Amino acid sequence: MTTPISAGPSALLARLGLSREQLGMATVAKLAPLLALIILVIIGAIVSPTFLSFGNIRSMLLTSAILMIFAVGQTFVIATGGIDLSVASIAQLSGVSLGIVVAGGLSPELGMLGALVIGTAAGALNGLIVSKLKITDFIVTLGTFSAYSGLTLLLSDAKPQIVNSSFLIAISTRGFGLVSFLLLIAIVVAVVAHFVMFRTPFGTHVLAVGGNKKAADALGISFVRVKVGVYAISGLLAAVAGILLVARLGAAEPTAGSAYQLTSIAAAVLGGVSLFGGKGSIIGPLIGALVLTGVVNLLTITGVPVYYQPIAVGAVVVLAAYLRRYER
Amino acid sequence: MTHTTPNRILEVSDLRVRFGSVVALDGATMYANTGEITAIIGDNGAGKSSLTKAILGVYPTSEGEILFKGEKAVMDTPHAAKSHGIEAVFQDLALFDDLTLWQNMFINRELTGGFGPFSFLKRAEMIKQSDDLVRRLTVNVPDARRTVRSMSGGQRQAVAIARAVAWGSELVIMDEPTAALGIRERTEVEDTIMSLRDEGRSFMLISHSFDQVMRVADAVWVMRHGRAVAHRRVSETTGEELVALVTGAINE
Repeated sequence: MTTPISAGPSALLARLGLSREQLGMATVAKLAPLLALIILVIIGAIVSPTFLSFGNIRSMLLTSAILMIFAVGQTFVIATGGIDLSVASIAQLSGVSLGIVVAGGLSPELGMLGALVIGTAAGALNGLIVSKLKITDFIVTLGTFSAYSGLTLLLSDAKPQIVNSSFLIAISTRGFGLVSFLLLIAIVVAVVAHFVMFRTPFGTHVLAVGGNKKAADALGISFVRVKVGVYAISGLLAAVAGILLVARLGAAEPTAGSAYQLTSIAAAVLGGVSLFGGKGSIIGPLIGALVLTGVVNLLTITGVPVYYQPIAVGAVVVLAAYLRRYER
Repeated sequence: MTHTTPNRILEVSDLRVRFGSVVALDGATMYANTGEITAIIGDNGAGKSSLTKAILGVYPTSEGEILFKGEKAVMDTPHAAKSHGIEAVFQDLALFDDLTLWQNMFINRELTGGFGPFSFLKRAEMIKQSDDLVRRLTVNVPDARRTVRSMSGGQRQAVAIARAVAWGSELVIMDEPTAALGIRERTEVEDTIMSLRDEGRSFMLISHSFDQVMRVADAVWVMRHGRAVAHRRVSETTGEELVALVTGAINE
């Protein structure tokens, strides 16, 4: 016997989370990140002969990998209705800790482990402050953004520390064809994140807390556990990104990657994660990261002055947010 | 009420709830029978919601006793009430709009499988069980994989009731379950509750509608100023008498 629910186009729509009535503008909104990517590719191909060259595609994928990792972490926080303004600071703090361990004569591997622990702890502290002291996410992470960067400058004496590691050099330079090691790491992160978000009770609770906190409380979902969990994930992934930034630069640079603070949020929003919480995907922010990287890349290779880049990125994000209004 | 009657699923005596100087429950004493629909009526602020929230472990009680199936029960957390098989349909339904029907049904009680420290959701099983359950309760069912946002008011209500009935094996407490519904959907919900009662399930029903109480309930408690001031079998009262009891025109 075939169950009626698993057959026909309505089942397909259900899988996409759509009803028949929601087709039309809603579909456009839902597919906005993908459409933006396609439009970008078409424009890029017309405007620049090098845009779709092997070398440039590889370079874009490589550049977007670190943003993807930040954006995935950010997505967990935003899905609970929060926002993590401290991701770049946590990445810098983690990177600098790696540098300090290496400068102390210990192995880079130990330093990386330490960086991951510190990043996760810094994130978990965000979550604890948000949930235990009941302070708005925005304010808490604005505060820790400042505090963690200060701590980073203090620990590093505001100086970069060379990190010589054959492992880090390898992951920042090697790969398989189009797929650099950095991209591979981002893909692994995304696959695990997707599993956690959509195939575990924790992921469901993340979306539940973001969607309806009052109901989540009434149904016994622990707000503290969810908030600490998502911020710890964001902190862990910021630390991964921080290590990869060290790998790319060959040094632990206390102010490297500050722009990720905002571009990680932009990629998530562009990828369809609602800033109100309760809904989101992992693939969306990945595409969002690709679009943002692609826009900047296209402007660069066509010789547009560098100051136009943030303006273009801002315009893309606002446009994407506008399209999302039609989603519901 | 010193002795317990075996068919009483719930007895509360002298229950008090205070928020600072505000007294929400001022020594409420009442009971509900197994296999019946027990209605709670009263004016706004009479203590209906406070009574149910105290029973559900949402509000801490400062004094009083709750007997569940004749035994003393401490309902100090929502979890305690759930572990006794007591569930609630809240006025706002407590649904998650962007989660699917099956996710709403199994929220915080997900079926998982796994290996070692990893556990993952048994989606297919949860989808099937949700589908069966909701389908049993009402004919007008959406696909279990649809998000709640895309459903009508009646369908949403059906999901919330199905969730409570599925997990509330002993007692389901409903706070104005039909207030936001049209007549046809209200009738559907009432029919569902009554047919479950006929199967032996127990309900407590907070309602503003005297007509609904007369149509659906077996017994009714009238609350005023944080106390249960009157008790009637529905078969032995009238809507007019209930109105008089609620307004205080009749005092007991």
